[in-house]
Amino acid sequence: MRAFSYEKVADPAAAAARAAEVEGAKFLAGGTNLLDLMKLEIETPVHLIDVNGLGLDEVTETEDGGLRIGTLVTNTALSADERVRRDYPVLTRAIAAGASGQLRNKATTGGNLLQRTRCPYFYDTAMPCNKREPGSGCGALTEGAFSRQLGVIGTSDNCIATHPSDMAVAMRVLDATVETVTPNGMTRRIPLEEFHLLPGDTPQEENALMPGELITHVTLPAPVGGTQKYHKARDRASYAFALVSVALIRQPDGSGRVALGGVAPKPWRSDEADAELPNGARAVMAHLLEGARPTEENAFKITLAERALAAMLAEE
Amino acid sequence: MQFNEPAGQNLFDNATIVGRPTHRTDGPLKVTGTAPYAYERHDVVEGQLYGYPVAAGISHGRITSMDAEAARNAPGVHAVVTTLDIEPLGIWDYNVARLFGGDEIQHYHQAIAVVVADSFEEARAAASLIEVEYAPGDPADYDLDAAFERFEGTGEPSTMVGNVEGALENAAAVVDEMYHTPSESHQMMEPFASIVDWSDGEDMTVWTSNQMIEWNRQALATNFGIDPDRIRVESPYIGGGFGGKLWLRCDAVLAAIGSREVGRPVRLAMPRPMMMNNATHRSATVQRIRLAAGEDGKLTGIWHDAASHSLPGGRGENATAQTPYFYGAESLRVQHHIVEMPLPEASDMRAPGEASGLMALEVAMDELAEALDMDPVQLRIVNDTQVNPSNPDQAFSERHFVECLERGAEAFGWADRNTTPGGMREGQWLIGHGMAGAYRGAPTLPSGATVRLSGGRLIVETDMTDIGTGSYTIIGQTAAECLGLPLDAVEVRLGNSAYPVSSGSGGQFGAASSTAGVYAACVGLRQQIAGQLGVEDPEFREGRVVSGDTDVALADLEGELEATDTMQWGDFKQDYVLATFGAHFVEVGVHVGTGEIRVRRMVAAADAGRILNPITARSQVIGGMTMAVGAALSEEMALDTGRGMFANHDLAGYEVAVHADIPEQEVIFLDTLDGISTPLKAKGVGELGICGVAAAVANAVYNATGVRVREYPVTLDKLLGGLPEV
Repeated sequence: MRAFSYEKVADPAAAAARAAEVEGAKFLAGGTNLLDLMKLEIETPVHLIDVNGLGLDEVTETEDGGLRIGTLVTNTALSADERVRRDYPVLTRAIAAGASGQLRNKATTGGNLLQRTRCPYFYDTAMPCNKREPGSGCGALTEGAFSRQLGVIGTSDNCIATHPSDMAVAMRVLDATVETVTPNGMTRRIPLEEFHLLPGDTPQEENALMPGELITHVTLPAPVGGTQKYHKARDRASYAFALVSVALIRQPDGSGRVALGGVAPKPWRSDEADAELPNGARAVMAHLLEGARPTEENAFKITLAERALAAMLAEE
Repeated sequence: MQFNEPAGQNLFDNATIVGRPTHRTDGPLKVTGTAPYAYERHDVVEGQLYGYPVAAGISHGRITSMDAEAARNAPGVHAVVTTLDIEPLGIWDYNVARLFGGDEIQHYHQAIAVVVADSFEEARAAASLIEVEYAPGDPADYDLDAAFERFEGTGEPSTMVGNVEGALENAAAVVDEMYHTPSESHQMMEPFASIVDWSDGEDMTVWTSNQMIEWNRQALATNFGIDPDRIRVESPYIGGGFGGKLWLRCDAVLAAIGSREVGRPVRLAMPRPMMMNNATHRSATVQRIRLAAGEDGKLTGIWHDAASHSLPGGRGENATAQTPYFYGAESLRVQHHIVEMPLPEASDMRAPGEASGLMALEVAMDELAEALDMDPVQLRIVNDTQVNPSNPDQAFSERHFVECLERGAEAFGWADRNTTPGGMREGQWLIGHGMAGAYRGAPTLPSGATVRLSGGRLIVETDMTDIGTGSYTIIGQTAAECLGLPLDAVEVRLGNSAYPVSSGSGGQFGAASSTAGVYAACVGLRQQIAGQLGVEDPEFREGRVVSGDTDVALADLEGELEATDTMQWGDFKQDYVLATFGAHFVEVGVHVGTGEIRVRRMVAAADAGRILNPITARSQVIGGMTMAVGAALSEEMALDTGRGMFANHDLAGYEVAVHADIPEQEVIFLDTLDGISTPLKAKGVGELGICGVAAAVANAVYNATGVRVREYPVTLDKLLGGLPEV
């Protein structure tokens, strides 16, 4: 961990302005990912702006019947919120499937969206990683590398890392929107679909935020009803990142939505695949995972995703 | 004291404290966070500085240059010592990788520098500033399968009895399969950690976390080329070891070098990401097992070939360890090949050999039972033996394997199991039942202790360690029993080189050996007391010495009485095979869609001689069972074969079982007595608990799904192709 300076800020716009002003600054919220990465010298901010005093820790109802979630609402609080449990159960289920009770108590809504990949080559500073050290190569794509956990779609020749969040997968299937404040004090709304970027040639660029821009809220549209499920397939029963996770909303008429975690650099969903839901899991995955480029070690994720969804559809 | 003949009727046969379920006496210290673990011993010496290690970023080769200038000038830094600054350190007898010194890199994350600073954070920050240039070695071959093929049929078998080829040709049923177990990491909760004071470069004091105090001292002496008598080692509390802490590691070495350099004590803990590639691990194995049996299930031949990896000169993981002894086959052929690879040092991990070997052999037995259309329990029963199959003149000291099978099967409800693979389902879960036998040797090592009696209170001192196993408690129970004192009148002091050398903890020899050593010392003390009172063979009970008209409270004896002795083991034990036995029964659920595997219940029956304390012994067995669930279903050091390093080197990547993975566990102790083992008629149980369990899980998965996986860990990707349509 490098030495860094630290400040607390009074309001969101001031936080964003300060972050844009100080080169190498980062926001600190729950710190469950950032502090670990700093200890390993994967993140080396020179200045931390502590946003924990900004409020932004409430879930309120919007005019159109949805929910507006403050960025500092903890994962524990969000998953336990009565309105979320009643109207957005896929979100509660996804959050509860992630991390541990201790981590969920500290982890925040905005921070969860911004957590970094768990690729082992990203985590070892002796290894090449285009995300950590642009231009150094992808450690996971060399002969003999370990890639079982990594991405199968949306990846590039420069990076096959996945986004590790469960919460984000549920928010994607719920059509959430990220609300921010920019360094010049403006509010911006970014659909979650557009929030995370695919790696392409620049895997170090992971989201649509501009320098200094601070997430203030995540909004959910009015409830869509249906049966909502989240299946996180993993080797051990708890405290493991998904091999594949499936968020499903299914309406009584058979239509619905599907998003996947553990397969791509972002929560993975498409309208074409959603439209195939009445035709079953195979039809959905034929669209959703079309063009997948797995490694030998993680090709099973294609089969796993289809079988997981099939089981969820068969369950009712 | 020399143990020269089997123990007859003795005081332990009427014991009231030994054998009584007793919660561990160090429990309150641990749950209140006040047990002094190595890294937290702020009070033992003043002026401690913080050390932080730097680890090599290549698997093998040489360092061509190191630039530590920036680190030396960083805030708070007192010194930086790089591996190029000193001559290669000596390598102790049981190790093969060098811990520090010189330009050669033998494995990934080998220690190459230490930074000493005022604070942990400063040391860590400065460590990252050190620039290293390497000349990597030639690309190495990490293909253990290919090596097995090359080695198979070469060299001399370690066991060769009868005509195994003939048995295979004439058998009613044959199994001939390949099995794989991955490399496994100990990953105990407490990392390697030490505080070392070698300020004057003369006498060295080491506060550390190590299973073997005397080995640790000897290894330090070898590394630094100094007299072991100049080294004092303390390790009273240890947060898990599993064999990883049998050895001196770089934490103590770097702390010593740092301390000598700056003239102050230095503390250093190994960062978790170094634990996998810097420390030792259990080698992967490739195994070919051939079984031949008649229609009655009697084994006519067992042919077990195995390979594991090691640095040159090492022992690898001998997966054939149990095969010469476990089943009464007419013919046997056993051979282990060690394949040299520039990987981190392969060495002992809980039940070295048997743990990996039984993961394969007990699946092969399940396959044989299926081929014979026989109950797997019955197959094992018909192949029981009371003599060493490799040497029929040698009997087992005690062997109650069949009773383990029968009692375990009864408790589990084996008769009601699913008998058709893939044939039992609850909702979306396929239900399966599996079992396996367990075998683990029961060695003993010489073990010494001192006992001191004063004012009715007894102090026991031995360099024996408690690695979370309950040594404090069973040693206290033993001493209390011998002197007729209540347990709370005994104070047990462990893990200090100032005390008599003990067996230490390892190889499941610790409990049996160290309690025997304490018994030896107590016998001496009893004789002294009898002498002082002028009586012969008095009884010690309820805090009193009683003989004829003499009836004296121990509290009233004059002065302090002290006795020291070491239990030595007579040659007669070599006439027997000493081992422990078990049977494991497991129920699993396998998700029909995803292939996710969840263990639903586990039953173990164990035959390990006298159970000294059913609570701590049970904890040992369920701990082993838990570790084996990890080995069965998730633990794998993922080898990057292009780089020669284990890539998943943290606790997020290396998945040990968590609470949610572990269901109801039942442990049945037969509570047998083995008078050939020790005066307490006890044997170890801590490693028996991991043996066979993983195979029982794998067999249950087969029973649930009809998919036979012979490559551990048994993960869902290996099942997906064979699961039914959802």
